[in-house]
Amino acid sequence: MSEHAIQLTINGRAHEARVESRLTLSDFLRGDAGCTGVHVGCEHGVCGACTVMVDGAAVRSCLMLAVQANGAAVTTVEGLADDDGTLHPVQQALRDEYGLQCGFCTPGIVMTLASLTGATPATDPDKVMNALSGHICRCTGYQGIRRAARRLAGLAPTQGAPTHG
Amino acid sequence: MKPAPFDYYAPASVEEACQLLADAGGGATVLAGGQTLMPLLALRMSQPFVLVDITRIRALRGVSRSGATTRIGPVTRQNEALADATLQQHQPLLVTALRHVGHHQTRNRGTVGGSIALGEPAAELPATAVALGASVEVRSVRGTRTIPAQELYFGPYATALEPDELLTAVDVPEWPAGTVSLFREIAMRPGDFALVGLTGALTVADGVVTRAGVAWFGMGPTPIKARQLEAALVGQRVDALDAGALTELAIADTAPFDDLHATAEYRRTVGRRVFAAALGEALNLRKAA
Repeated sequence: MSEHAIQLTINGRAHEARVESRLTLSDFLRGDAGCTGVHVGCEHGVCGACTVMVDGAAVRSCLMLAVQANGAAVTTVEGLADDDGTLHPVQQALRDEYGLQCGFCTPGIVMTLASLTGATPATDPDKVMNALSGHICRCTGYQGIRRAARRLAGLAPTQGAPTHG
Repeated sequence: MKPAPFDYYAPASVEEACQLLADAGGGATVLAGGQTLMPLLALRMSQPFVLVDITRIRALRGVSRSGATTRIGPVTRQNEALADATLQQHQPLLVTALRHVGHHQTRNRGTVGGSIALGEPAAELPATAVALGASVEVRSVRGTRTIPAQELYFGPYATALEPDELLTAVDVPEWPAGTVSLFREIAMRPGDFALVGLTGALTVADGVVTRAGVAWFGMGPTPIKARQLEAALVGQRVDALDAGALTELAIADTAPFDDLHATAEYRRTVGRRVFAAALGEALNLRKAA
């Protein structure tokens, strides 16, 4: 069993730590870095709740070792809203479109949508919608999530769907 | 912590990686992206003493061409490969297959070589490598050798790679002009492992099939090359193909099994429909071209 010194950036702040080789990035972010917005569901890559951005790309943090994030810039859901509490556009869209119920899966979905819809040039809308297949919502709130994603991807709202309450 | 303890190394060169694998005496596992390996570690189905992370070896990343062969570095991420202009131009079947590999989030980490070296029988890339007649370059401290993809797979996660060997390149032949792709996959949701999958290429010249490479995934313990179908197709006129007879030949080499998700009989039934649909789609595309 080896231990490793790692340096990485989490939500814009530099972090240094010593980690056991088998520590997953998700456990490191929650336990060591205090980012409890990283939700750990299945812990083997099925549910998508633990999705974060590593160097701007959405990845499942349970399928990565903390030591592999050495030198990387990691963004979690804590890093999206402004300091004054103004929500990130993805968070605002999910709120407006009732894209969450219990909220457990939400941080992962937020990170996937933020990684794709913040891109320039704008990401292909099909890619945004297909990327949602990487997340499981047990409240089955998919219609609201899809409405939010469609809005973020620049598509028309689904026909007949409720919009802002 | 869910995985069992292991030592972790991230070598910067192929030589260093091969030495680590040799020194571990069979107790090492290569980490090439980890999107299948990490779940196996979390479930303790895999408990290596040493993990050799090859993703920091820059020489193993990227796509190049030499003659009529496309060479893919094994740690090229699946999403990088999907966006690669060389692959889009010269390996259309591989790009189609890549769209079905896992989810967007796992393709950001998962690698082309990792999937091919692991040998998951329901995965898209091993079967596509078999269908196209690809080969892999393998290195160890003992030397370098080449293994044709169709000789690589023995069973689920069991390959011809020795424990000290590292897959260092995937070489995919470029098929000639007039080649069409066959690709269909049935899964519980997009991105999941296939219940039934078909991948292949047909070259048509002057209305005659001159070359055929077709393989199944999710239809047996390894990728299954549809040898009887390939033999029956080559030399046939496209406008005289007997779709019914070909459909039976297409599934003749498969060895599907019952599991939680589907029975073997279901897989064969769906396989027939998948093949018929893919063939019709490919040849209509061909006529329209």
